[in-house]
Amino acid sequence: MLYALKIAARYLTASKAQTALLVSGVAVGVFIFIFMSALIGGLAEFILSRTVGDISHVTIKAEDRDPAILIAPDGHVLAVTERGRARTATLAEAATFVPLIETVPGVTAVSPQISGAGFVMRGAQVAQVSVTGLEPGRESAILDLDGYIIDGTARLGSGTVVLGQRLVDDLSLRLGQTMRLQSSGGVSMVLTLTGIFQTGNGMIDASSAFVALPTARTLFALPQGVTRIEIKLADLNAADDTAQRIRALTGLDAVPWTDGAEQLMEALNAQAQTGYFLKSFALITIVIGVASALLLSTYRRRPEIGIMRAMGAGRGFVVFVFVTQGALIGLMGGLTGAALGYLALLPFPARDDFRVGTLPMDITQGSYGLAITLTVIGAILASILPARAAARVDPVTAIGQ
Amino acid sequence: MSALLEVDNLFKTFGQGEAATRVLRGLSLTLEAGAMAALLGPSGSGKSTLLTILGTLMKPTSGSHVMLGVNLVAADDRALTEFRNRHIGFVFQFHNLLPDFTALENVVFPTAVREGRETPAARARGRDLLTRMGLGERIDFPSANLSGGQKQRVAVARALMNRPELVLADEPTGNLDRESAMQVMDLIAEINRDEGTTFLISTHDEKIAGLCRRQIVVGDGVVTG
Repeated sequence: MLYALKIAARYLTASKAQTALLVSGVAVGVFIFIFMSALIGGLAEFILSRTVGDISHVTIKAEDRDPAILIAPDGHVLAVTERGRARTATLAEAATFVPLIETVPGVTAVSPQISGAGFVMRGAQVAQVSVTGLEPGRESAILDLDGYIIDGTARLGSGTVVLGQRLVDDLSLRLGQTMRLQSSGGVSMVLTLTGIFQTGNGMIDASSAFVALPTARTLFALPQGVTRIEIKLADLNAADDTAQRIRALTGLDAVPWTDGAEQLMEALNAQAQTGYFLKSFALITIVIGVASALLLSTYRRRPEIGIMRAMGAGRGFVVFVFVTQGALIGLMGGLTGAALGYLALLPFPARDDFRVGTLPMDITQGSYGLAITLTVIGAILASILPARAAARVDPVTAIGQ
Repeated sequence: MSALLEVDNLFKTFGQGEAATRVLRGLSLTLEAGAMAALLGPSGSGKSTLLTILGTLMKPTSGSHVMLGVNLVAADDRALTEFRNRHIGFVFQFHNLLPDFTALENVVFPTAVREGRETPAARARGRDLLTRMGLGERIDFPSANLSGGQKQRVAVARALMNRPELVLADEPTGNLDRESAMQVMDLIAEINRDEGTTFLISTHDEKIAGLCRRQIVVGDGVVTG
C-alpha cells in the first residue's frame, strides 16, 4: 500500500511541529529504555566482575577416596579406616586433562593447582594461611595476581612466596625477607617474599599465600597430580553449559560457579526484574503518547477521512494510513532515541574500565535494536485503536462538519 | 435514453420513536444516462438525503435503489465503496479538497486509492483534467493556496477522474461568486455534452437550474415535479 504510506507521510510532514513533538516524546522513552538497559546490564557486569571475576568459573576438585573397610568372610564389617582429614585427595591425571579442557569452546584459561592449609611463621609470629600452588607462568590465570601486585612481582619460582598486604603488615614483613611456611601435613620450607598483592578483599589479603606448584608439591607431599583445576571462561554466564561439557569430556566432577551462588543469582535476577519494570513503563509511556496523539489527529482529520471514504477509500485503507503513521513515528522516535542514548553513553568508561564511584554504564548493553523494534511494535499497537476509530468515521457526518 | 439509475418508493427515517424524523416518504425517481438534471426544493425537503443515498454513502430505510443494474440496497460496505469509486463522482458545496495535497494529488486520489499508487497514466489524466478546467498553471499548487472558484474546479476534475457514469453535485456553486459559478457550470455542461456523463445537481439557484435540461423538484420527501 504505497499510496497509504504516501498519505501517512504527508500527514506527518504537514504538521511538522506536532510530529516533532511526538517523535521527541517517543525518543525520550527510547532513551530511557536504552539508558536503563545500559545501567542495569553494566551494573550486573560490574557486580559479577567484582564478585566472580577473580574466581574460578568452573572448578574440578579431587574427590576424597572412600574410607577403606575390612570385611570378614561372612560379610560383617570388621574395621573402617576413618577418612583422613589431613590427607589430600589428588587429580592424578591432571596433566592429561588440562590440554583437553583447554580445547573446550569458551575456556580462556586453565590453572592446575595444589591447595591446602598452612602456617606462615616469622620469629614468634604465626599466621594461618590458605596455600595455593600455581603453575609458573599461569599465576594470573584465575585471580589477576599480576594486576593486584603493589610491590615486587607475581612471578613465582623455586623458594619464593607472594603474600597479601594485610598478612605482610601483620607479620611486619618486607619484600626480600624470608619466612617459614609450614603445611598442615607438617612439612615446612623457608621461602623468600618476592611479591605483595592487594585485592581489596580482606579475607584474601590477610590469609592467602601463593607459591609455585613444585613448592606446593613438596609442602603437601604430592609428587604428582593436583588437588584442583580452576577454569576461567570468556562468558561466565556459560558456566553451567561448559561445566556439563567438561564433565562429559573428562568424566571429572566439574562444578560451575553458579552452584552455591544462589543468593548472588537471586540478587542479579531481582535487579534484572527491576530493569524490566522500568523499561516496560518507558514502553507504556510511548504507547500512551502515540495513541493519544493519533486519536487527536483522527478527530482533527475527520472531514478528510470522510472525503477519502466518499472518494472510494475503503476502511482498510484508512486503517493502514493511521497505522503507518504510528509505525513511522515509532521508527523515527526509536532511531532518534537510540542515537541519543548511544551518544549519551559514549562518555562513560568501557565495561573493562569500570571504576568504583562512577556509574557502571555499559554502552554495549544498550539493547538498541530491541528498543527500536519494541518501539515500532508498540507504536503500531498504539495506532490500532485510533485507526479503527478513523475507519468507523461516517463520511456523511464527517463531510458535513 | 436508457435508465442509469432507478429509485422506487424510497423511505429514509432518522432517529427512533417520538424523535423519529421521516425525511424521504416514498420517493421514486428515474435518471437516464447522459442526463443533466437539477434537483430543486426548499431546505429540509430531502434533497441532500437523496443525494447521499444515490451516492451510496447512506442506505435508505426502505425502498429500492438500482444503478447500472446493481441492487445497491443489498450490497455490503466493501461493495458499495468499490462501486462508488468506479461509477460515482461527487462535487460538494465546500469543495472538500484534501488540504495537505496539491491540486493534482487531489484529482488523482480516486484512481490512486483504487490502484494503490499514483500511476503515470493517472497523473497524465489528472493533468489533462486540470488543464481542461483552466488550471494548467496551478497543477502542483497546494490546494489550500487556491481560490474558492479554483478549488471547486479542482473538485469537479476529481469527480471526473475515474470517468464515472454519474456525478452528484450538492450546491456546487453555492459558495462561489456569479462569475466563478458560471465558469463551473459551463465546465459541467461541456463535460456532459462531450463525454455523456450524467449530472444531478442540487441547487437553490433558479439560474443554475435553468442551465440543466431537466428539473426535478422535491418537496416533503417525494418528487413533486
